[in-house]
Order: sequence, then C-alpha cells, then structure tokens
Amino acid sequence: MADYEAVIGLEVHVELKTNTKIFCHSTTAFGGEPNTHVCPVCLGLPGVLPVLNKRVVEYAIRAGLALNCQIAGFSKFDRKNYYYPDLPKNYQISQYDLPLAEHGFIDIDIEGQTKRIGITRVHMEEDAGKLVHQGSISTTPYSLVDYNRTGVPLIEIVSEPDMRSPEEARAYLDKLKAIIQYTGVSDCKMEEGSLRCDANVSVRPRGRAEFGTRAEIKNMNSFRALQKAVAYEIERQIDVLEEGGRVVQETRTWEENKGITMSMRSKEEAHDYRYFPDPDLVPMIIDRDWVEEIRASLPELPGQRKERYVRELGLSPYDAEVLTTTKETADYFEECLKSYPNAKIIGNWVMGELSRLLNAGNIEISLCNITPGQLADMLKLMDKGTISGKIAKTVFEEMFDSGKDPEQIVKEKGLMQISDEGAIASEVDRVLADNPKVVEDYRAGKEKALGFLVGQVMKATRGKANPDLVNKLLRDKM
Amino acid sequence: MELHYMTARALHGMLKNKEVSAEELCRAYFSRIENLEEKLKSFITLTKTQALEQARRVDAKIKQGQEIGPLAGIPVAVKDNMCTEGVRTTCSSKILYNFVPPYSATVVEKIQGADMVIVGKTNMDEFAMGSSTENSGFFNTSNPWDTGRVPGGSSGGSAVSVGAGEAVVALGSDTGGSIRQPASFCGVVGMKPTYGAVSRYGLVAFASSLDQIGPLARDVTDCASLLNVITGHDPRDSTSAPGGYRDYTSFLVDDVRGIKIGVPREYTGGGIDAGVRQVIAQAVQKLSSLGAEIEETSLPHVEYAVPCYYIIAPAEASSNLARYDGVRYGYRVEAPGDVVDMFKRTRSLGFGSEVKRRIMLGTYALSSGYYDAYYLKALKVRTLIKQDFDRAFEKFDLLLAPTSPAPAFRKGENINDPLQMYLSDITTIPVNLAGLPGISVPAGFVDGLPVGMQLIGKPFDEGTLLKVAYSFEQNTDHHKQTPPL
Amino acid sequence: MLTISEVEHVALLGRLELTGEEKKLYQEQLSAILEYAKKLDDLDTGDVLPTAHVLPLKNVFRQDEAGSHLESERVLANAPERDGNFFKVPKIV
Repeated sequence: MADYEAVIGLEVHVELKTNTKIFCHSTTAFGGEPNTHVCPVCLGLPGVLPVLNKRVVEYAIRAGLALNCQIAGFSKFDRKNYYYPDLPKNYQISQYDLPLAEHGFIDIDIEGQTKRIGITRVHMEEDAGKLVHQGSISTTPYSLVDYNRTGVPLIEIVSEPDMRSPEEARAYLDKLKAIIQYTGVSDCKMEEGSLRCDANVSVRPRGRAEFGTRAEIKNMNSFRALQKAVAYEIERQIDVLEEGGRVVQETRTWEENKGITMSMRSKEEAHDYRYFPDPDLVPMIIDRDWVEEIRASLPELPGQRKERYVRELGLSPYDAEVLTTTKETADYFEECLKSYPNAKIIGNWVMGELSRLLNAGNIEISLCNITPGQLADMLKLMDKGTISGKIAKTVFEEMFDSGKDPEQIVKEKGLMQISDEGAIASEVDRVLADNPKVVEDYRAGKEKALGFLVGQVMKATRGKANPDLVNKLLRDKM
Repeated sequence: MELHYMTARALHGMLKNKEVSAEELCRAYFSRIENLEEKLKSFITLTKTQALEQARRVDAKIKQGQEIGPLAGIPVAVKDNMCTEGVRTTCSSKILYNFVPPYSATVVEKIQGADMVIVGKTNMDEFAMGSSTENSGFFNTSNPWDTGRVPGGSSGGSAVSVGAGEAVVALGSDTGGSIRQPASFCGVVGMKPTYGAVSRYGLVAFASSLDQIGPLARDVTDCASLLNVITGHDPRDSTSAPGGYRDYTSFLVDDVRGIKIGVPREYTGGGIDAGVRQVIAQAVQKLSSLGAEIEETSLPHVEYAVPCYYIIAPAEASSNLARYDGVRYGYRVEAPGDVVDMFKRTRSLGFGSEVKRRIMLGTYALSSGYYDAYYLKALKVRTLIKQDFDRAFEKFDLLLAPTSPAPAFRKGENINDPLQMYLSDITTIPVNLAGLPGISVPAGFVDGLPVGMQLIGKPFDEGTLLKVAYSFEQNTDHHKQTPPL
Repeated sequence: MLTISEVEHVALLGRLELTGEEKKLYQEQLSAILEYAKKLDDLDTGDVLPTAHVLPLKNVFRQDEAGSHLESERVLANAPERDGNFFKVPKIV
C-alpha cells in the first residue's frame, strides 16, 4: 500500500453571546417554546429589513484579533441564496468576498512540537432555524420548523488546509475553542450548538504537492466525533484510491451510531449560491481606533497563560499546555492555587484524578462537585499527614460523588491515617508472626519480600497506616 | 360642491371650519368608490370599517377643539405592497392572496399618525413588476380617461384612485417609474423621492436598491403635504437617510426666475411620441416665459439604462422573492410530495408569468459564470449613468423630460412582448438607477389623454422640484381637468 | 440563445416548475432580453467601480438591546399548516 498523507481544513461556526440577534431585537436566549423568540424581521416577513447589531461586529473583531487576524478596513454583507425550510428568507445574510477578518493563525502542540495552523478568514453571518422530526430525516413523513435560532449571530472561522491528522484537527479545535472562550464572545458549547464544526478532508500520496479531491464532512456533534469522523474518512478515501477508484467531491454526513460517513448527495441540486451584496445593508468602514480599543481589552489568551505557567509557576510546557486547554480548567487550577500554593501538585491532581473522573462521567469541569477550595483542603490534609496519598484518592472519589468536604468524609469514614507507633507495631508483629517464610526470604536478601509484608500491614489497617512508619517498623523488627 | 375632486388643502379648510365632517367626507369617498369600482377596479381591499372609525376619531378631535394636522381626516389610498397590520396585503399576487401582516410599514404608521383615513389597498402589477397594472394577479385596472386603456403601472390603482376621485391622495412605490408613469397616464401629480428619503420598512421588496415610496396627489401642494408626512429617518431601515429633510410646503412659491433647467436631448428625439414631444416643448416654453433658464443637455449613457435596470432589478428580485415558498405565510400548493415539490409548485402556481420571467432573468444574471458578465457589468454601468447626472447637475438645478415616451396605451397592446414593454421605461428608469428625486406633473393632453412632464432633481433637492412644479401648475390648468367618467 | 437545459437549470435554482410551453417561451424571451443586455458590453468599464448603493451610507448599527417579540399566535396566524407552535412542512427528502 502506498504511503498517504491526509489534508484537513476545518470550518467552525461559533454563536456569539449577544443579547439580541444579528439583524433584529429578538432575544438569542437558548431554549424557549418554539417560535416565541421571533419578530417580523427574523421571520423574514414580506417588507422587513435588517439592521446590524453593533456588538456582533465588536465580538467578531474580538475573535479575529484573538486568532491573530488582520481586521478589514472595509467589509460588507452578501446574500447567500439557497432554499431550505429553516431559512425564512431562503437566503442567508453572510459575508462573501470581503470578510471582516483574514490571515490569522493559531499554534497547536502536537507530540511536543508547536505547529502553526493558518486561519483563512473569520466572517459574520446569521444562523438558520431548527427542523424537528420524528426519527430520521429520510423516513419522517413531515418536519416541524422552529425559527427561534434564526438570526442568532454566528462567526464562521475557516482554517487553511494545514492539518495532517485527526489528532491535529482535534488539537486545533480544542485550541480554537479555548481561544474563543477566553475572549468571552461565545460559550462554545457543542451540545447546545453554539460551536459547530465541518471538516474538509482529502488524501494524497505523501510527497505530492497537489491536493486530492476533498469531501466535506458534516454532523459531528462532539470533539471526539470530529476525530473519529476524520480518521474514518481518511481511511475511506485511501481505500477508494487503493481499489483504483476516485474520490468524489461531495458532502458527507457523520453517522455517529454506525461510525461511518455517508454521502448526502441530494437528488437534484446544483449548488450555486448566487452571492451578491445585500442591498438592504450598508458597508462597514472599520475604524482603526475601535480595533485597537478592542485589542487592548482582550484578556490573557491560552498561549500567554501557558507561558506564564511555565515562567512563573515552574510547570513543564506540557503540563501548562494541558491546564490551559480550556479556560474553565485553567480557572479551576488558578482558583485552587490561591489556597494551596503548589502548582505542580495541583496540576497533577487536576490532570490526573480529576480529569479521569470527569471523562468517565462525561462531566464538564464547571459542573464538577469538587470546588477548587475543597481540592486545596484535601491537599492540606495530605500535607498534615491526616490522610495518606492512597486514602486521598478514595476521599477524592467520594468528594466527586457527594460534593462533601474532605474533612467530613475522613471523619465519617474513619479514614484518618494511623501514625501511632504502638498501634502499627502490634499489627507488624502479627504479620511477621504469620509469615515466617517471607521473613526468612527478606533476611536472605530478597528486598521484594518487604513489599509483600508492607502490603499485609496496610491491608490489615484498611490502608490507613502511615506507610513510612510501617516500612521503618518492619525493617527494625527484622 | 363635489367633494371628490377637491384637494386636501381645500378639504382641510372645510374640516376645520366644520363645513364637512371627516365622517361625511369618508362616506362621500366610499360612495364614489362604490359608484366607480366596477368600471375602474382600483382597489383590491377596501377598509371602510376602519376608515370610518378613524374619521370619527378625527371628528372627535375637531369637536374638542384640538389642532388637527393638514392631512387629518383626508382619505388616502395605499398601494397593496405596503404592510398594513390586520389588513390583507397581497402585492396583487396569488402567492400572498391571504397574507395579513402582523405589523405595519413605517409609512403606514406615519400616515395613521397624521390622522389620515386609509380607504383601501390599491391594485398594482404583481410585486410592482410592470408598467400597466395588467400584471396584477387578480384583475386589470382601467384608465379613467379611457377605460379601454391601461392606467400605467405598477402603481396603477393608486394613480386611478386619485385621478378618479376615489381618494384625495395615495401612496405608490417607484422602482423604475411606477409612481411617475401612472401619474402621467392618469393626469395626476406623482413623485419618487430621493432614494433613502422615505423608509422602505414594510414595503414588500421588489428591487431593494431601487424601490422608493412616494406620494400621488391632485396637485403639487398636496404632494408636498404628503411628502412632509412620509419622509424622515427610520432606524428600522439601514438605507434610510439620516438627514436632509425639509418642510416641503415651504417651497411652494410661484417663482422660477433664474432656475437652470437642462433638457436631455436623448428624451426629445425619435423614441418619443410626436404628441408628447409637443406637450413637452410647450411646457419648456411656458417655464421659459416664466423666467427659467432652459438649455439642451445630454445624458450620454441613458441609452444603457434599460438593459442595466433589467439586470439589476430582476437580480435583486430573484432573491427578495425567494421567501415565498408556502412555509410561513401565503399560498401553499395542495398535497405537496416533499419540500422541494412544495417550493416549486407553490411558486409556479402562485406567481404570474412576468414575475416568473424576472425571477428567471435575475437568477440567471447572478448564477455562476454569468455574475461578472451581467450583474457586475450592470453595477458598473449604473455608475456611469449616475455620473452623467452628476455632471449635468454641475450646470443645472434640475432636468426636464417627458415622464413617458407615449400616453396611456390600449390594454393588451404590449403584453406579449416584454422587451418592448421594458423599453417604454427608458424615461423613468435612469432616475431610480441614480437614486434621484423625480416628479411627474400634468403638462397637457394628446388625443384626450393626459401627458406628464417629469422634473428630475439633485439628491435631497425635492424642494426645487416642488417649486418649479408648483410654479408651472399655478400658470397652467392641466391639473384641473377631470376625466370623462 | 439559451438552451432548454439552461432554462431548466435556472428554473431549479429559482425553485420554479415550468411546463414545456413555458420553458420554450422563457427560452425565447430570456434570450432576447439577454441579447439586448449585451449592449452593455459596448461600454468599456475597466476602471469603473460598481455602484451597489446610491447613498454613501456606512456603519449603520443598532444597539444590542432586546425589543418585544411577536406573540406566537400572530407568528403562526398566516401559516398554511402548523402543529402546535411549529410550522409544519412536508418531508425534506
């Protein structure tokens, strides 16, 4: 089999967290009864006209700057014409040839290396409504339309085809999400649809300069789905080429349940969006002072935060990267650091046990039962010798489940570490007496035998004995 | 005294002096409408109940001794492409035959705010596409001067209602001449204000960069009064001009001395009917005798205005009319198989042939591979046409031309040759392409049919247009003629 | 001259279903109009900027302040078909 290389570009839609829609004064609040967050303008009634929400432009500039883009001096809106029942005017107001921001980049870390992914453009547009149907779109006898989301402001962020693996695509999306969240212009919640991602995927024999024919993959509803879908699509295209076939330029949908991408080709549609400048809206001349004002108001971004963690907290670049991947994680970490000034230890717990439990439960850190203060309290209990590191994991799990304070759990379950020499000594004596053969092995020079004996003492004390003390006593007595 | 041919200015005096009540006035107009509608068919929807309620509110104000505005209690007709909350708004299209808007257009709010009495919604070419009102999806409207002839269009119903005394004034919309040309055909005053002077919010869009609402009236004074009511900045319309508005009645002065008027030679030549040319020549002479300085000039690119317009307007229309799909309002075809089938058949049965023709044309002009050759090219030619006017206005205060190359034509005469129909818009279209104000005032008759003179002004210089039109009117009596009904 | 298949393609883009007769009629009429529009090519517009707006307006914004919504009964009052608070449409594919 020939050696292939994948070429991946992502188109990411992010909903902006404004109060009102992009071209009218209807609320952008998520949820609500169907067709209640609408007015004549976003319903596209005959005769209505759009008026641009200034905050949308401000937020889009903010995102553009955070993504290292150049902000256009002159920009305008165009109409993208296509028919779909969730699109009230049967055109979407978007930006075509003069987007608000262009020529940006973000740096991702991949296998310890920094890789720069180009951002082609960031433009503003309006969201469509929602179609609801029973079962699958292809078998349902009818669909229901809710226009509450129609006209919610979006930015579309288009990357260069700079990614070469599903892992890079994932890393890009993680980083992009973090940056946008840091700017505060969007929640970037994939499950609420405030962040959506389509992928353009092609493959080519390694070393060839031209791109292969690409497929556009849609309907990926999680970060993991993106990674899986891209991986699947790469394999599929390689298989097609290996069998002597040709990749077709088309849109494919990711079928999460089946774990495959499927062609979405419709029976009869020639795509021709017939973009033209929207005559109902006037051009934007973006004032440089405004741009600089927005630039000055940007918060610390993930890259800067990572550098600060390395520089000021002495974390490794890897740890700093992981901790700053999402704003929530970094905020959690820093909150904890306020009460417990050991970045390395906190980092290990956040990246280790906490992350494991969050992943297992598919829970977001912002909804986690353990507050940063409680984690700090638990770490202090360890330092004081009240609990051992082993017991701490048990306590932590209990905290995660119940949200109780660590002291309370330790007290309720009697998990206090036993550091009383007398109490441990009697257990040691008993273990030595019960295992004469092992004691002999130790005395004959088998160091490993000690481990077994320590384990027996710990078992007898249900893990509460101070392990250092157990070691010391065993050695002394033998 | 016949109330139905009186001007708003005269009626205002009678209302104030309690010589007539607003309710009596309203009833008089409805009885006139009831007498004439069978013959003329200017209205799609009459709003008698609401009109009488409104008239009584005005009477209450008068009775309480409150000050009333100059157009309070005046019956007004509204073209059926302006949204009226709770009153069916059809654009003369089957596709909107049952559409009742839940909101009102800004102009409708403004005329209601001025206590005017809306008598009904007038017939028009479907979606304002046409020059004869024969493209109405419902029925034809007749010219009151000769019921065998068209009233012009697309604001045919509005022009007829004013010309025949079914309303004192009316609102029309003008995308390529749709106020001025029917005003000319029906012997009334009609004005297209500067693009941006009247809010388009609530005007069902045909071609957004060209559409403009304007007044139709019996004389220039009423035209100025109505213009005062409907102009002004509207934050709901991004293309609404932020300033430059005036009290337009302050320009109603009979004095044209020293005003420089250019007559484009492109509009006095072969393409213009001989009788019309004579009327215009007499009008020029009249204004000249009153002291205006009149010279020939040239607009070298206006011969490209028709092809330019017939690319830009349909392109915008193809997108503006995409929303009529049977999902949210209006007509939906019976038993659609799926959504695409519903879209296609709803639109094919809901739209008339001229609308479909323009959707096809506009879709083609915007489609991949043709955008640059047609649409972008037309936008560039639009620049050249605008520059012609800019140059002319360096020298002249306004331009004078026939409103239409010929008087009202017979029904059915041009219906089978769309291109021929389009070519008759040559005199009005350039004004829309350049976004300028234009007014048509009665200037004479050809074989018993009224002929309008068009005055074209600088952007936001409606004042000078009104001044010259008023002076002309004060020194002629064409506007006092009434149709043989 | 437009071909019938071009006419069909444009009709599909504009979501119109044309009869055979209409296709032929529009083929002739559109061809004539487009032929006439070719007149624009007489003009050299190499250095000319396009005019999309006649008014030199720019930066027309509204503030991000919520206004009133339309009550859902009024939203749905004109719906050809509804299901509760939803607009109802036939199957998509």
